[in-house]
Amino acid sequence: MSTVSAERLSKIFVEVADTLVDDFDLLDFLQMLTVRTAGLVGASAVGLLLADQRGRLQFMAASDERARILEVFQVQASEGPCFDAFRTGEPVLNADLQAAGQRWPGFARQALSVGFRSVHAFPMRVRREIIGALNVFGSAVGGNFDAADVQIVQALTDVAAIGLLQERAIRRGEVLTEQLQGALNSRIVIEQAKGAIAQAHGLSVDAAFTVLRGYARRTNRKLTEVAQEMLADPDKLAALTER
Amino acid sequence: MVPVPADPIVARLCRLCQRAVSSLSATGAGLSVVARDNQFSLLAAADPASERLEELQLVLGEGPCIDAAAARRPVLIADLGWDGPTRWPVYAGAGHDAGIRAIFAFPLQVGAAQLGVLDLFRAVPGPLSGPELRRAFDLADEAVTLLLDDQGHDGDERSSGEAMAGSVELFQAQGMVMIQIGGTLAEAMVRIRAHAYAQNRRLIDVARDIIGRDLWFDRD
Repeated sequence: MSTVSAERLSKIFVEVADTLVDDFDLLDFLQMLTVRTAGLVGASAVGLLLADQRGRLQFMAASDERARILEVFQVQASEGPCFDAFRTGEPVLNADLQAAGQRWPGFARQALSVGFRSVHAFPMRVRREIIGALNVFGSAVGGNFDAADVQIVQALTDVAAIGLLQERAIRRGEVLTEQLQGALNSRIVIEQAKGAIAQAHGLSVDAAFTVLRGYARRTNRKLTEVAQEMLADPDKLAALTER
Repeated sequence: MVPVPADPIVARLCRLCQRAVSSLSATGAGLSVVARDNQFSLLAAADPASERLEELQLVLGEGPCIDAAAARRPVLIADLGWDGPTRWPVYAGAGHDAGIRAIFAFPLQVGAAQLGVLDLFRAVPGPLSGPELRRAFDLADEAVTLLLDDQGHDGDERSSGEAMAGSVELFQAQGMVMIQIGGTLAEAMVRIRAHAYAQNRRLIDVARDIIGRDLWFDRD
């Protein structure tokens, strides 16, 4: 189904290069990449998991809320296409979710229930080490990725890995660990902020995330930065729902 | 952030620093905590020399420990002579004079809750190996747990990094309880953990009750 124009693809690579400046935010970068990947290959949604220092996969970014829930589910159930791609180092391609009840009992049920019909997963590599995996969800039964789609998504996954390495890391391998640990902690900050917002405004935690993300977009600020500020000074929670 | 730890906890944190030295081929280790006014103070060290190296960062207001706390991520300096002198002009020189060639600083934190920093000093330059890095993260997790559980609980199987490895629900529950008690995130974590201990329940089950609004905490 590869209908990707060279123009759209080159635009994304320019955007990626623009993002990778010295103090770029890893979470924002990965989030942007999931949204662009989904748009590029006509996928319904894209999600991304990274391994922590103990080799446990952790949720990092998703193009929408359905993908976010499915990524978190994979982490908690230790089951799903991302885990397979991470373990084997091989992509999972055109997996039919309706036929995947044995392979991923819990994950397949969850993914079908939110309207997905197919899934792909791509391993993410830095040098020889596999550091995570990217999931692509589709609504076409069984998936319809051809060889060109596979190459494009694997290339974008490799770009995400380059984002983790960036220029300084060539000098200092430790930067990768520092970046990763910082991003993993930022994810925790966001979950804590969701809880605080849910409590302060009487919302569900999912609704709290929508409020938080909306506020970050309206004020053109980073999600982690806003979350951090709300937790440091809960009086600021009131500002979230002001228009 | 958390109440000033009692002496037995300080003694355990000093032993933790000593274990860090022996298990990571380091020459020293020190641990500083963040007080309520956001000021750092030295809490534990492996030996008097480590104490001086740790305290000097706090006095100068520069060093890997300060940067790790500010950026909320580890600062791993495999060769202090490489970019140390430009990043920390005074501290890098003092560390060098004390025979230190590598410094690794690990923030003691759970999301937005900052408790302190664990610093590791080495006389030989070079990165921590993969297993050493994992060991250092384990020790940092253990220190977080000790700081949060300053209630006289004995470290049992619960304490092995559960504070950090918690699930998404646990972190969300921490944010909710913080608002319920009108306190800090760290205080919320202490309350949730104390409740789980008292009721002999798993943290994740307590967290789910909090999110489901079946359990809530009052202001003190």
